[in-house]
Amino acid sequence: MRQMQARLKTPISEEQIRKLNVGDIVYLDGTVYTGRDEVHIHALEKAEHGEKPPVDFDRAVLYHCGPIMKKVGEEWVMVAAGPTTSSRMNSLEPKFIEKFRPAAIIGKGGMSQPTIDAMAKFGTVYLAITGGAAVLAAKGVKKVHGVHWFEFGMPEAIWVLETENFGPLIVGIDSHGKSLFADVDAVVKGNVDKVKKKLKIA
Amino acid sequence: MISEKLVKDVTIELLRKTVTKMTDDVVNELKNAMKNETEEVPRMQLKAILDNLDLAEKTKAPLCQDTGVTIFYVNLPRCLNVDVEKGIVEGVREATKTVPLRPNAVHPLTRKNPGDNVGRKMPYVNFKVWDKDYVEMTVMTKGAGSENMSQLAMLTPSQGIKGIKEFILNVVLRAGSNPCPPTILGVGIGGSSDIATKLAKEALLRPIDKPNEDPDIASMEKELKDALNDLGIGVMGLGGKTTVLGVNIEYAYCHTASLPVAVNVQCWAARRGTAQIFPDGKVKYPTHER
Repeated sequence: MRQMQARLKTPISEEQIRKLNVGDIVYLDGTVYTGRDEVHIHALEKAEHGEKPPVDFDRAVLYHCGPIMKKVGEEWVMVAAGPTTSSRMNSLEPKFIEKFRPAAIIGKGGMSQPTIDAMAKFGTVYLAITGGAAVLAAKGVKKVHGVHWFEFGMPEAIWVLETENFGPLIVGIDSHGKSLFADVDAVVKGNVDKVKKKLKIA
Repeated sequence: MISEKLVKDVTIELLRKTVTKMTDDVVNELKNAMKNETEEVPRMQLKAILDNLDLAEKTKAPLCQDTGVTIFYVNLPRCLNVDVEKGIVEGVREATKTVPLRPNAVHPLTRKNPGDNVGRKMPYVNFKVWDKDYVEMTVMTKGAGSENMSQLAMLTPSQGIKGIKEFILNVVLRAGSNPCPPTILGVGIGGSSDIATKLAKEALLRPIDKPNEDPDIASMEKELKDALNDLGIGVMGLGGKTTVLGVNIEYAYCHTASLPVAVNVQCWAARRGTAQIFPDGKVKYPTHER
């Protein structure tokens, strides 16, 4: 696998996203929005009623993340901000991508086939960041511009983050239908018999 | 003197230590994984994990943003006239602001978040009375990503050890990349449905470099660890040689007609901490002495 390294500034054009392939390394600059279960549910609910969520996700970056924030004076400061498990959003993400057209989604653990298909169709990539490495991730966040939907609680709100050299992120799913996680799954399936033999349960 | 106020202060300090600094057994195993790993992608993930541990310890920030829900295990001396639970509850409330912890505890149905990690039966405190004269409290701050992958199986006795191993393998396969591997598996065998589940989590309180005292169980732990690492799920599900850092098994006698097995999946960020409060008011943190 030949890895390319890219530094991208948000918002990111479809042309830039289409150049990326699984295994490439990406660093981000610019605005990133956090959003997980509640953000997906409510943004899609709003869209159904012809309303808009409080931020524009078009060619923007969505981060599956529920951070720890601390209020210092009037300002929010990011303490820790690793990714949450993306697969919880599997059932809502294809619709979310179709409706809001984000350029990239950052998370951990990968996503299922309907999301891979939606990413190929609309020119979106999935960027994997190391789960649990929350202080390292927070280092790439220079400023917190604000928060929306705080009533859903700190982890479930939309945090508007200003990033600088945020990464390294690995392209886990590209916009050409390839997924690193699916590749690993195939390897794992091939190893199961060997493992069963070793455990004497074959 | 052991007082409610002291329990509260110790709870705050224990939570601070637990969420910002990993115990040596886990750090050493992560370093071993780095030594064994040859592929570039998992090495990059392990490097991020190890760099993050250093950074968290230096800056005293929670190493993972998911500081869990707070589950305590407390050993109490006989005849202690102190409301330890109240001290813990107030400690959790305060630590949420000062450490800070992420306010994770919500009402299960309305999903309302009070913002202080305190609600009905949360923090959850497991009490035991013991013969020693000091209070020992252990806390686990476990993320939901791994907890969500945990499972219980009510096997039949005829499924035996083979059935147990098959079940554990299936839990790891189904969890895949989701629980932030490399994971630690806490396995509870026997008892009843609730006891097996409880044992599975308590198994995670034992350091991963300390095998079960029973040599047969210890060899089963080792056998499972070695075999599961051949699966190739790898760090963060991105492939490689390290899928599990350890397997800890605990067991209890069970009904002759049943064989309950529970697996509690723990992410690599296996944060646990213990504090001891002595009658003269002295406090020790044996898991965080370094």
